[in-house]
Amino acid sequence: MLLKMEALNFAETKSGLQVGEGITTGTVCKQHGDDAMSAATRMIIETRDLTKVFGMGDTTVTALDRVSLHIQIGEMVAIMGPSGSGKSTLLNILGCLSTPTSGTYLLDGQDVSRLDKVQLAAIRNQKLGFVFQSYNLLPRTSAMRNVMLPLVYDRTHKVPREQWETRAREMLEAVGLGDRVDHEPQELSGGQQQRVAIARALIADPVLLIGDEPTGNLDSKSGKEIMKLLLNLNGRGMTILIVTHDPAIAQYTQRVIHLKDGRIDTEVHNGHGHPQPVQKETEISQLLSVEN
Amino acid sequence: MNPNEVLRISWEAIVKNRVRSLLTMLGIIIGVAAVIIMIAISSGTEATIRDQITSLGSNLVFITANFTRNGPQRSSQLTSGGLVYSDATAIQQQIPNVAGVSVEQGATETVQAGPVSLSSVAILGSLPDYLSVRGMSIASGRYFTLEENTNHAKVAVLGSSLAQSLFGTSDPIDQSVQVGSLRMTVIGVLAKKGLVGDMDYDARLYMPLQVVLHYFIPSRFARFLGQSVRTIYVQVADPSKMDDTIQQINLLLLQRHKVSASSPDFTITTQQDIITTQGSTTAAFRNLLAWVAGVSLIVGGIGIMNIMLVSVTERTREIGLRQSVGATPSDIRSQFLAEALLLSLVGGVIGILIGVGGAYIFSAFGGMRTVIVPSSILLAFCSAAAVGAFFGFYPANQAAQLDPIDALRHE
Repeated sequence: MLLKMEALNFAETKSGLQVGEGITTGTVCKQHGDDAMSAATRMIIETRDLTKVFGMGDTTVTALDRVSLHIQIGEMVAIMGPSGSGKSTLLNILGCLSTPTSGTYLLDGQDVSRLDKVQLAAIRNQKLGFVFQSYNLLPRTSAMRNVMLPLVYDRTHKVPREQWETRAREMLEAVGLGDRVDHEPQELSGGQQQRVAIARALIADPVLLIGDEPTGNLDSKSGKEIMKLLLNLNGRGMTILIVTHDPAIAQYTQRVIHLKDGRIDTEVHNGHGHPQPVQKETEISQLLSVEN
Repeated sequence: MNPNEVLRISWEAIVKNRVRSLLTMLGIIIGVAAVIIMIAISSGTEATIRDQITSLGSNLVFITANFTRNGPQRSSQLTSGGLVYSDATAIQQQIPNVAGVSVEQGATETVQAGPVSLSSVAILGSLPDYLSVRGMSIASGRYFTLEENTNHAKVAVLGSSLAQSLFGTSDPIDQSVQVGSLRMTVIGVLAKKGLVGDMDYDARLYMPLQVVLHYFIPSRFARFLGQSVRTIYVQVADPSKMDDTIQQINLLLLQRHKVSASSPDFTITTQQDIITTQGSTTAAFRNLLAWVAGVSLIVGGIGIMNIMLVSVTERTREIGLRQSVGATPSDIRSQFLAEALLLSLVGGVIGILIGVGGAYIFSAFGGMRTVIVPSSILLAFCSAAAVGAFFGFYPANQAAQLDPIDALRHE
């Protein structure tokens, strides 16, 4: 019962986010006059000629070469490509961990391509949620405390200190770990650890969830469960970007962007269609099915 | 990130690595404890010396004879013989602000009482003022009078342990003792004084100065030179006029000895001079110890820096993760700086406890007097904090400058 209620709360938060969306989209459209963008959709990621060059002088390597891509709100997109294709570089830039050499990157309508370290840190805190291949949980720290971590660095204090625990508990319940709040990472299975990581990624209410090989360290069963959970989140409106080399994982997404030699090689639509309007009833049952 | 969170995170990091944290703190703990114990011991020694000096009477001026002769041609002159007994009387009679004058002259004799015979007993000839000047008191009987001194009365006063050795439990008053060839009557026993410096005040036999000068130090030149004495003790009545009194004594003696002020044949020192001299010795000692403790603190600080650098390397992925969820370089820096600071402060507190406890143990079981100086605790604590901040800064900065991408990939 509790799980249902919390999951519901969670869904409401998400749908609440979508209410303000029209305004933002409007300004984005005006500023950039992009005809391809419909007035009803809001772009979460919009890059133009994103280029990253490593090295100096004569020995330079162009890791990303004029990459332009768009990801709408509610989309679930996979980026694939062989090693050296520039997908890590792209992920780092899209994840605001580094900045492009040239080109622009609008994240949720905000140009983040020229921000400094401190501003990027704030963007990561406010807008992004990361899920890593190796979970990256703090060792010897309870699941609850791990999930709270982004709030510690939130300078806007959108969640008051006294609500951190409640909020973290909600998140853990939403990913099906309501009974594991006090467990430390070493007491959890890989799949459970990755769920903690997902709860952590979601707690600060990001506009984009970035998964860097999120199932890479998991067996196929746990991997499937994690993907189901991500699909669920996507079903409730969360925009998700996954970097993977596993075509089976990429199959879960709506769109797969293949990179090759720093450029977008192909873009494949998986035929899942564009994101559906949020349906609370199905979400909860889906979440429960993941749980079981 | 608010300071509470910074402190909490750092505290948790320390507690999670309890053993390592403790080992890291060890240098600081030892340094701080050493500072406190060393200062406590040297202050204790200083206090002991001061007490010993002042226990021999207060507001004292010591006049000692210089044993430098101004050449053989003057050796027979009356004035070059240093201090004489009459100098003491002159000081007592002519200088105002003098509470008492004591002249001491020692000798060594065999002392016998009934069947008990003690050889090489220290004998001290003095004046009646001796008791008040040297801060001694009588336990039973009385001290001798000025008349007895002038009349060479054969009376003796025993130190407490000497009385015990000679007479056991029986009352020595009015008993007779044989001192060398002289039969004397015991008129008093002094209260226990104990060992001051290396002088056992309780094992001595006290008698009028004149008796000592007359019977135990027969001087061939006494007729010409007067009765020479080594030291005259003057107790000043009003310590605020100490300097004036010293000047007056100086002038009087220069006049009496007919010597120039540039080459006097005596030296005047005050108790304060002696305390200062002794104090400067212990201060030098204390400074040396403080440097040793300081070096230990620096070594402790390097230990902290070392472990913090290891910790930064070990926790590179954690740093990367924190950065990925929004920690800024300054967040990371404050976290590691706070950790170093906490490590050294906790180490400092443990060190203070050990230092205070150690100082107590030293005084309780080591027979060493220790005085815990509050400022030394403050000093130790502040230096621990300074060490933490200083040696924590470099590792913290290293951590803050990590690139989030590299940090996240770190294996």
